[in-house]
Amino acid sequence: MNEMTQKSERKAEAYHAQTSGLVRRAVINSFKKFNIRVQISNPVMFIVWLSMFVTLALTFKPALFGKSAMSASYNGFVTAILFFTVWFANFAEALAEGRGKAQAEALRQTKTDVMARRIAADGTLQTVAAGVLRKGDRVRVERGDIIPTDGEILEGIASVDESAITGESAPVLKEPGTDMFSTVTGGTRILSDWLVFKVSADPGHTFLDRMIHLVEGAKRQKTPNEIALTVLLSVLSLIFMVVVVTLKPLAGFLHIDLDIGSLVALLVALMPTTIGALLSAIGIAGIDRATRFNVLAMSGRAVEAAGDVQTLILDKTGTITMGNRQATEFVALPGHSDAEMATIAMLASWYDTTPEGRSIVALALTKGVKHDAGWDQAQGIDFTAETRMSGTNLPDGRKARKGAVAAVARYVRDDFKGTIPAELKEAADLVARRGATPLALAMDGDVIGVIGLSDVLKPGMRERFEHMRGLGIKTIMVTGDNPITARVIAEQAGVDDFVAEAKPEDKIRVIRAEQARGRLVAMTGDGTNDAPALAQADVGLAMHSGTVPAKEAANMIDLDSDPTKLIDVVAIGKQLLITRGALTTFSIANDVAKYFAMVPAMLMVALPGMATLNIMRLATPESAVLSTLIFNAIIIPFLIPLALRGVRFRPASANVMLARNVLIYGVGGLIVPFVGIKVIDLVLSPFLH
Amino acid sequence: MAASAFWQIVILLLVAGAISVPVGFYIAHVFMDQKTVLDRLLDPVDRLLYRIIGRNTVSRPMDWKGYAVNILLTNLLMGLLVYLVLSWQGHLILNPLHFPDVNPLLAFNTAASFITNTDWQNYMGESTLSLFSQMAAVTFAMFTSAATGIVAAIMFFRALASQDGGQNLGNFYRDFVRVLTRIFLLPCLLITPILVWQGSPETLTAMTVAHLVQGGIQHIPTGPVADLEVIKHLGTNGGGFFGANSAHPFENPTPLSNLIEMLLMMATPMALVVAFGRMVDNKKLARVMYSVMALMLVATLFVAVTSEQAGTPLLAHAGLMQQAGQGQMGGNMVGKEVRFGVTQSAIFDTVSTAFGAGTVNSALASYTPMGSMASLAQMMLNCVFGGSGVGALNFLMYGIFAVFIAGLMVGRTPEFLGKKIEKREIVLASLALLTHPVIILIPTAWSLVSPYGLSSLGGGGSHGLTTALYAFTSAAANNGSAFAGLNGNTPWYNASLGLVMLLGRYAPILFMLALGGSLAAKPAVQATFGTLRTDTALFGGFWFAVIMIVGSLTFFPGLVLGPIAEFFALHAHYMF
Repeated sequence: MNEMTQKSERKAEAYHAQTSGLVRRAVINSFKKFNIRVQISNPVMFIVWLSMFVTLALTFKPALFGKSAMSASYNGFVTAILFFTVWFANFAEALAEGRGKAQAEALRQTKTDVMARRIAADGTLQTVAAGVLRKGDRVRVERGDIIPTDGEILEGIASVDESAITGESAPVLKEPGTDMFSTVTGGTRILSDWLVFKVSADPGHTFLDRMIHLVEGAKRQKTPNEIALTVLLSVLSLIFMVVVVTLKPLAGFLHIDLDIGSLVALLVALMPTTIGALLSAIGIAGIDRATRFNVLAMSGRAVEAAGDVQTLILDKTGTITMGNRQATEFVALPGHSDAEMATIAMLASWYDTTPEGRSIVALALTKGVKHDAGWDQAQGIDFTAETRMSGTNLPDGRKARKGAVAAVARYVRDDFKGTIPAELKEAADLVARRGATPLALAMDGDVIGVIGLSDVLKPGMRERFEHMRGLGIKTIMVTGDNPITARVIAEQAGVDDFVAEAKPEDKIRVIRAEQARGRLVAMTGDGTNDAPALAQADVGLAMHSGTVPAKEAANMIDLDSDPTKLIDVVAIGKQLLITRGALTTFSIANDVAKYFAMVPAMLMVALPGMATLNIMRLATPESAVLSTLIFNAIIIPFLIPLALRGVRFRPASANVMLARNVLIYGVGGLIVPFVGIKVIDLVLSPFLH
Repeated sequence: MAASAFWQIVILLLVAGAISVPVGFYIAHVFMDQKTVLDRLLDPVDRLLYRIIGRNTVSRPMDWKGYAVNILLTNLLMGLLVYLVLSWQGHLILNPLHFPDVNPLLAFNTAASFITNTDWQNYMGESTLSLFSQMAAVTFAMFTSAATGIVAAIMFFRALASQDGGQNLGNFYRDFVRVLTRIFLLPCLLITPILVWQGSPETLTAMTVAHLVQGGIQHIPTGPVADLEVIKHLGTNGGGFFGANSAHPFENPTPLSNLIEMLLMMATPMALVVAFGRMVDNKKLARVMYSVMALMLVATLFVAVTSEQAGTPLLAHAGLMQQAGQGQMGGNMVGKEVRFGVTQSAIFDTVSTAFGAGTVNSALASYTPMGSMASLAQMMLNCVFGGSGVGALNFLMYGIFAVFIAGLMVGRTPEFLGKKIEKREIVLASLALLTHPVIILIPTAWSLVSPYGLSSLGGGGSHGLTTALYAFTSAAANNGSAFAGLNGNTPWYNASLGLVMLLGRYAPILFMLALGGSLAAKPAVQATFGTLRTDTALFGGFWFAVIMIVGSLTFFPGLVLGPIAEFFALHAHYMF
């Protein structure tokens, strides 16, 4: 945990260092985005962009569309506000893109000009540029080399610094033959020894290439949900266009000559520009948030899908529990004191360097056992598959042993003709019922007691699962353990369901069963045998330490290889959608106030009764129109931080969340513009005379 | 509001509500193919009709496309039939008064009007249509247009509940027959005699000559009125036998017939919401929808009745007493029948615009601005229960938007009844949403600038603007309520209103059926604690807000220039 905190602190520092540069770059890019080709992809802002040119034309020639009461300076003012409205939208998008661009830049630098030693058919080494390497080539890398491309390790063992990709500075040990840690990634650096690996990706398709592409978001595809929202916003804009265009003849019938400039202003005010301006920034920022969590999403769609997940399938080992079983209790048999039990347990584990052995020593130390100097002359006996025991032989010939209950019983019976106390089985059963694995402990022919080894839950897992439940997400634990142990762990961790004695193919069965029930499933995996399940799951999160097939099947990769990240990814996905919904609600709710500001203002001169509808008591019609437009523009930069950071997300049931967000963004969206427009009017109106 | 008016509204709503629940259950039974008490009586009738249509035709399962195509083709055929009957009525039977053929544009407008359940009338029934036309063109289309709306809604409900990918959303012909026999037939047979008892004629005599006591004679047109009255209201049609519609003593003779006609209008739209709850197996959701609709209805009734009772500020300024009191009806009595008074007139016309019928028992043009705005606003929303079937569809269309926005706010891809709302659904719902304002505002604006549009308007100013706006709103909403003051029987209005009625009818139905098909094709997502619940008061409130902001704010400028401007002018003692 401490390490995690440090890491995030480091990241925060780096982030602050970047920020000033990011803003400068965003300012520059925001001007480039005035290009029509950029604008046209966002229909709402495109109409604002077009309107800007209409009012610009009116600035130079106020009577362009016939006699007008509006002065050139008024039209110029409107043009300036519209310019800022578009510019703020551009800036929001540029700022959101900035961080990814900077990151991609850094990644690109690790890629340049790497040379590789290719192993030719006759076994000789040829030095070639990394770009020449093709799938299937064999390459040798040595200490200090930058690994030229992705590959699967064939020979050698080496420590590799993957910080260029993961940001994690601790080196990773790589060797062939294991599912984990047997792949190398292009752009990482080998710190010691050597490796021979088979190239697994052609140029342009390496992990680094994909990563650059993803973080940069250059050809960002709009997600389905974003497209749906864009359609809705475009249709609303279209409806408002019809409203505004028909308003002229309707008013004309009453002999009211509405000015084109005012109509353009009304259109811009009514259109959902707030969400229209921030929509793309929200999407980019959502993926960026995942990236900052060191999760690489293959598409924005994957992040959104994470928000929809209803079932999480989690491996027990490494995800829910620490991964190693640890000694949690000593049960002394009758005739032996607890102190004696603890001492002999510690002795039997003194030379045992496995995590289990260390945990027995640690537990004994907490029971107050002191280390005996005589043990240092003793001899450690390693675990073998044959004996299924390990222990210590003291110089005086006494032998301490610990191991599987049956193995120790046989050892005592066969080697010492000792008797097996009936209580041994009882004690072992007791331990097993608590979900722990029993180890018998013997001193020569004497069975001392039973050591309970349990899976230890990662801290905070229970709370996280409770949060998940609060969000309506079901958690299923998959484990190879027997049902009794599995049940105990499941209860301790607070998962909703478990699959015991699971084989790798069971994962895909569980996923299909859940999907058949109409649920969206997320899972994590790292092994090649996880690949089908990762592909089948709606959201598959592969560990960066995992195999290439696993990473290819997944739609997200966790660079920290921390399976619990899945839970954070779900939150990021939800936050993304909530931000979109909240700002849409806010934007649409704003229209009520804008109508009450603009419509009476435009008609007040001709229809004096309309003054009654001017409930904000705005000073003059000009001031009302300009105040509304200014509010419409400056609300965008006010909301940029919210769009980039995301709406605050606290796990709660859907109804509680809806009530809270409707209150903040719906009711807030009704009230804020009334206040905002009035304040701007108070400030602005003295200058208009 | 006077206490008597308050109790009239309360009692009307309670009785209508009490009727809607069992009728809703009954409708759900009919369309879920469950047994009903009437089976033994009606099964043989249905079987006979099925045999005429063809057994295979009525038993073939249809997906949304099949259903939609058959709706359109059948309606096209029936529309042509109505058009031909009107165009040739001079050569057809039962034309005792020898009315000539209806001119092509008026015949088009009238055919479009009745086939779309609008019943906008650019003619006077008693002086234009033969008895055969009244029966074969008008009354016939009143049955079929209402049945069309209902089956469209039924298909949509089935689509929401579909588990098989939407391959079987029912059979249009079978549903159509069952609406006619199982929903419309018996009320028509039972209630027609009651209206006859109250004073409605039911005869094939087209004209009675009365010799007046003071000398001279009066020609009194009659005909098969009572049966038309039942389906006119039960099918939320609203087209009158006579030009005066339900203000005419033969169409709506007494306060009792007035009450019966209101209850008939309210029955199916309200019951369909109840049936929806049963068919999609979510009664709480239906209760939420019903409550939101009922609250909107109560609000508009309140506005209409109070402003009519308050009378006009001009008369008050002139020192005239407008308070209800001893022997004094009070309020704005202009254009209202003495036998109904201010309250019953305001309630009747408001209910009529809410439920998509458009029948009137008083002249809306002489309503106070706020009183007429209540009617106008309901047609703009078009989902305050709304016309048979389509009202529920419109309300659900707004529901799609409400679900989409609210669903995002709980951090999930939005889903409605377990079906995900994605791009295709939003596109289709948006098209349905877009249709209404476009076909109202553009022709209204056109009418207000073109000489042929302006020449039909009785007056200028805000009142004239309201007249044009009202006509196109009524046509687009397939309501048929007429503001009066507009001479609609001109080439421009016959053609434009006819087209608006057709677009306002078939475009949204088609989009909503496609939407239903799209939802039906999706697998249902299981609801969890994290799923947005649509059957809560909170969501009902959100739904209402979406209807108000997305649906009605669109028309705010139009309302401001029309009735609201007139209201302010009236209070400034100025009249258009």
